[in-house]
Amino acid sequence: MTSTSATDTAVPPPTTGVQKHRALSDRAIINLFIWPTLIILIAFNVFPLFYSLFLSFTDYSAIAGRPPVWVGFDNFNRVLFSEDMWRAFTITGRYVLFSVALELVLGFALALLIREQFRGSGIVTTLILIPMMLSPVVVGLFWKLIYTPTFGYFNYLIGFRNPTVAPDWLASRFAGQPMPGLALWAVIIVDVWMWTPFIALLIYSGLRAIPDYLYEAAVIDRASSWFQFRRITLPQVMPLMLIAVLFRTIEAFTKSFDLVMGMTGGGPGGQTEVVAVKIYQQAFLGQFQTGRASAFAYMVLIIVIAISNLYIRNLNKMRED
Amino acid sequence: MKHTVGKYILGFLVLFLVVTLIACSGGSSQTTSPTATSGAAAPAATTAPETAPQSNVRELTIFWAQWDPADYLQELVKDYEAETGIKVNVIQEPWGSFGDVFFAEMAAQGTSYDMVIGDSQWLGQATTQGHYVNLTDFMNSENLTNSVTEATLTYYGEYPPGSGTYWAFPTEGDANGWAYRKDLFENPEEMAAFEEEYGYPLAPPTTMAQLMDIAKFFTRPEQGLYGSAIYTQADYDGLTMGFQNMLFSFGGDWSDANFNPEGVINSPESVAALEFYKELYECCQPPGMSNAFFAEVNDAFISGQAAMGMNYFAFFPALANPQVNPYAESTGYFVNPAGPSGDHFASLGGQGISIISYISPERQQAAREFIRWFGQNDIQAKWAALGGYSANREVLASDEFLAVAPFNAAFAETMQIVKDFYNIPVYGELLRVSQDEMGRYVVGGEGTAQQVLDAIAAKHAEILKDGGFLDQ
Repeated sequence: MTSTSATDTAVPPPTTGVQKHRALSDRAIINLFIWPTLIILIAFNVFPLFYSLFLSFTDYSAIAGRPPVWVGFDNFNRVLFSEDMWRAFTITGRYVLFSVALELVLGFALALLIREQFRGSGIVTTLILIPMMLSPVVVGLFWKLIYTPTFGYFNYLIGFRNPTVAPDWLASRFAGQPMPGLALWAVIIVDVWMWTPFIALLIYSGLRAIPDYLYEAAVIDRASSWFQFRRITLPQVMPLMLIAVLFRTIEAFTKSFDLVMGMTGGGPGGQTEVVAVKIYQQAFLGQFQTGRASAFAYMVLIIVIAISNLYIRNLNKMRED
Repeated sequence: MKHTVGKYILGFLVLFLVVTLIACSGGSSQTTSPTATSGAAAPAATTAPETAPQSNVRELTIFWAQWDPADYLQELVKDYEAETGIKVNVIQEPWGSFGDVFFAEMAAQGTSYDMVIGDSQWLGQATTQGHYVNLTDFMNSENLTNSVTEATLTYYGEYPPGSGTYWAFPTEGDANGWAYRKDLFENPEEMAAFEEEYGYPLAPPTTMAQLMDIAKFFTRPEQGLYGSAIYTQADYDGLTMGFQNMLFSFGGDWSDANFNPEGVINSPESVAALEFYKELYECCQPPGMSNAFFAEVNDAFISGQAAMGMNYFAFFPALANPQVNPYAESTGYFVNPAGPSGDHFASLGGQGISIISYISPERQQAAREFIRWFGQNDIQAKWAALGGYSANREVLASDEFLAVAPFNAAFAETMQIVKDFYNIPVYGELLRVSQDEMGRYVVGGEGTAQQVLDAIAAKHAEILKDGGFLDQ
């Protein structure tokens, strides 16, 4: 047992423990990480993307049990010339514009607030971030209760005690009379409540990255607070602001579905029927117009890409400057 | 390394594109569609041989929505297992995805379910696409067609309407009725005040005019009390189903016998019905009920906000349960009131049981045996006793049934006057139009009843033409 054979002595120098037990080559490890990811991406992202593009040119229903029939641009024509679709686009545009603008303003203010270190600021910051961590469906459902004119506390907080003369937010009525647009504002308020912390968080990270010496120099030069904000703070955080706005714009276009369905179902009378809801109605809900819904979804995708490009172009320009 | 990985990605994308193209072209050349699918096409000939070899089937599966009646059925079928040794499983799916799951399974010609208790509106789509077995000969030979009420057989089982061809056996009858607070209606002070104001005694309404009077009388926002809770739900079919209670009773309809909606859904009677529905919503609906369906209506009633509540009978057991409804002991039920010309209808709910055409002939035969067993009078009586809403004539007329629940008498009467929405394959598109347009008027306060119904008539006509039900 103790003797050493000639063969043993011929063995190459001992390797380290890691090398000894390593069964996979670098190539194998790379493949192990890349291929599953690629397969999942292709199966669940790329394939549906291309297949739905094909379906958008066909008359096809996912439940009809018959193959897609090529109809060229018919589905796109129907979407483009449909009054209902334009109505949905208009509502979505309003929703995106007001919610993102309000989130930006309030998010900036919030970021400036949480930048200030004060007693309990850590807890305050955590609490402020809670809304964006909640499920949009849950948020929609409990805000539905909060808006209820009889027992919801939203009206109470804004000074309405008597439900007969109070706004019925989700019904777009005020004191029993129709007030078109109120329901959309109700959804916008919830969106702002939920996503302002996200924008605040991004802007806050931008604020933290501004070097102190810039402000110190400004103070020495007797620059006013407004001047400091306009010439130092704003330009420094602008790229992050744009990224935040880009994220929120895309999300407001495509992910408003949960909130709207949880609160209004697209009502009253289609006043909150954003494109995501309209696509859902066409693709499911007894209709199953898969081809037409795909065309509609592609038009939304094109709009979102166009808007994103505008943002990104501005962002790049800003960086070059 | 980057180059190698890049090559892999590129190779994969090319491979993927080729697969996509093959999949797409393969889809286009499929010839497996079992039936003609144009709207007016006759239902697919999916009649399977009625005789099958000795059954080896030991288990059957029924697909249904997730609600109390499905639990009652699961309880009932234990008797079938005891008698035959065949286990029956009732698979339940939430209402929101019930139709989606079923039709997706059928599109794949799946055999996960032997039977489905499908919605009445599915009939056209399910039969023209070949999902259901034709049960006409079976139901006639077993006398099942005569065992149930005419309306349920027509709406739950027959397609095309009036053809005498049956695809489902009426299983869970359902329709809209009304619940009311007897403690308010039978209060001497309320009765005296009502009679003084309206000139006739306060009682459950038998006409739409009385319904409106009573709803207005009990609307007292200062007390947190409102006259009536009605359907306004936007996303599925709530508003349309609620409105139908007025539409049919006012003498209106969705279309004539030839599927022509022009001059029918926008007739003066239909306009009056829609104006009535909106007035009821504006005057007497509890606040916050702008997207209300069965759950919200029951909630309004249970919380004491509504003196009357419109709902499907299937949801009334909750109102009769003292642990759920504090007014359970004093809750009464009445049939949807008649319209101004005496027309008397109620909006239909409910489902019939069908056999899936994609299962083997042996399993189809076993499913027939189950339906034969389920259709027997004594089993139907037990079904009703468990809480199911039988469509059986004898059961509905029996004293036991009428006495077993406080709403059964109203249910039995309602099942004689039911009427439904379209059940043709394009019903989903037609429903979307009516939901959107009426929502704008009733809840959103936009336009007039005439404008809304004119728009519905025009859009419905277009859909019906596209579907082949109406000449271009």
